[in-house]
Amino acid sequence: MKIAILVKQVPDSDEIKMDPEKGTMIREGAGNIVNPLDLNALEAGLILRKEYGGEVSVLSMGPPQADIALREALALGADRAYLVSDRYFAGADSWATSLVLAKAIEKLGPFDLILAGEKATDGETGQVGPEVAAMLDLPFATYVSSIVVCDSGIKVRRTIEEGYQTQHLVFPCLVTVLNDINEPGMPTLNLKKKARRAEIQIFSSQELGIAKEEVGLAGSPTRVVKIYHPKISRQTEFYSGREIDKGLDQVVEILRDLAVL
Amino acid sequence: MLRNATESKGIYVCGEVRKGKIHSVTMELIGKARELADKKNTEVTCILFCGDIIDPPEILFSYGADRVFLIKHEKLTYFNQEIAAKLLSYIIIKYMPEIVLAPATSEGRTYLPAVAAMVHTGLTADCTGLDIDPENGLLMQTRPAIGGNIMATIKTPEHVPQMSTVRPKTFRIPVPSKFYGEVIIPDIPENVFESRIKVLDMEYNSADEANIQDKEIIISGGKGLKRPENFSLIRELAELLGGGVGASRPTVEAKWISYPHQVGLSGKVVSPKFYLAAGISGAVQHLAGMQTANKIVAVNKDPDAPIFRVADVALCGEINDILPRLIARIRKEMKI
Repeated sequence: MKIAILVKQVPDSDEIKMDPEKGTMIREGAGNIVNPLDLNALEAGLILRKEYGGEVSVLSMGPPQADIALREALALGADRAYLVSDRYFAGADSWATSLVLAKAIEKLGPFDLILAGEKATDGETGQVGPEVAAMLDLPFATYVSSIVVCDSGIKVRRTIEEGYQTQHLVFPCLVTVLNDINEPGMPTLNLKKKARRAEIQIFSSQELGIAKEEVGLAGSPTRVVKIYHPKISRQTEFYSGREIDKGLDQVVEILRDLAVL
Repeated sequence: MLRNATESKGIYVCGEVRKGKIHSVTMELIGKARELADKKNTEVTCILFCGDIIDPPEILFSYGADRVFLIKHEKLTYFNQEIAAKLLSYIIIKYMPEIVLAPATSEGRTYLPAVAAMVHTGLTADCTGLDIDPENGLLMQTRPAIGGNIMATIKTPEHVPQMSTVRPKTFRIPVPSKFYGEVIIPDIPENVFESRIKVLDMEYNSADEANIQDKEIIISGGKGLKRPENFSLIRELAELLGGGVGASRPTVEAKWISYPHQVGLSGKVVSPKFYLAAGISGAVQHLAGMQTANKIVAVNKDPDAPIFRVADVALCGEINDILPRLIARIRKEMKI
């Protein structure tokens, strides 16, 4: 089975601290990590490879230093890693990102299965998976928490608002996963060493055969016109020790105001 | 599609029908669409896809829809993203709406991106604010990023339709007012209903796991509860108040509670009227999933816990002491 995993390097949100005065993020000191759900996607691919044989390739669009994320994927057991990187890719929205990834998949494929995390912790749109699938005209499923191979395709269990939906998709197809699908493994020392020296092939927009105008900010239908920090102004009332009872009264008061009590 | 290449008009709302009932997010979106349409002097059309429908679609006129497109087909009984995407793309290409709004539910967040790719336009996910730019009539779409720490306003200047998915419970359902409109049953070619995806089964949640995003009250527990059994306190309080049970990522990872309960960037983003966090220190990834709640109460042992900074009421002390006292206090209030 040929499997591709889409990974994204994101800032480590557990390390991001908030400036309590301004209500803004302090990004300094926060490292980059592989988007957590993409590690679940990788693990799902590794599990399928163990059972059915084949190859797991990881693919990322990002700046040159995103190779660190790809090396982490190699250390976890991926067979190959590819980075699509070009200064023209900067500022891409989900449409322009998806176009680049779709072109890269066409160039590197064919793949039986493409896996990705349901969303990335930075942009949180969850749009790239389905957009890539639509651009490649592949059937796709989102919010997947289990994958079983059967009948020249896969059976997936999707976690949705009302419960769980089971669907069958024929190969080739694309799936985005949630974190309850598996527990990502740990890198082995041996693979870590190998990953450090591994050569990661880099593709530019020219090598993918996409015009500059189609990628990055120029190729993005959406434009961010304003960014602001919402001021979360809450007057925190603090209670401890003997004051707790007063605090409980306050909670009851709030519940009354909300017509809960 | 490029705006210049075509004439587009009207605001289309993708409604949602679950088990034959029109979901309330449909009315929320129609209400907002009406407001926007009045600013642009245009019409609101609601699209309903369903296998069968119990609610009369005419009720949507009273929330501001001028037209309802009703598409009933046995293949639409259960959600199929491939069919939904083909269907909406077909309607967009045929009717050329200028704006398309859909709920940011698991359905909308699944098929809308595919539609954006198919018709080549922009899509803004999880909007919490929508307005019309008075200068050029463009849709201004505001969404939280990095879990509400940043708000970004986004436009789609050169492509149509301008599309957004909108968080449920963001906009108020309008008071029903006018009562006329038109139900249209559009002709859809049968091949739109062909799919490489087959829906095999649907299992419904237990009442306990019911979607916490629909809850007005959420009581969440974290590792500060010390033991998985202590989630019983969280459940007891949630039940007492008719709310849902939430959880921090570490408790889900430790298998104290199942994933549908997880609140945060890697779980569910919620915005209830009342959110109580017990034993949750408040990692940014958790805060991002709940800090837009109307009222927040935090219970924690650590006086410097970041959760206290987003709380209206901070109760600092032993959780296993404070929660039972709070439960007793509320029971007294409820006289039970």
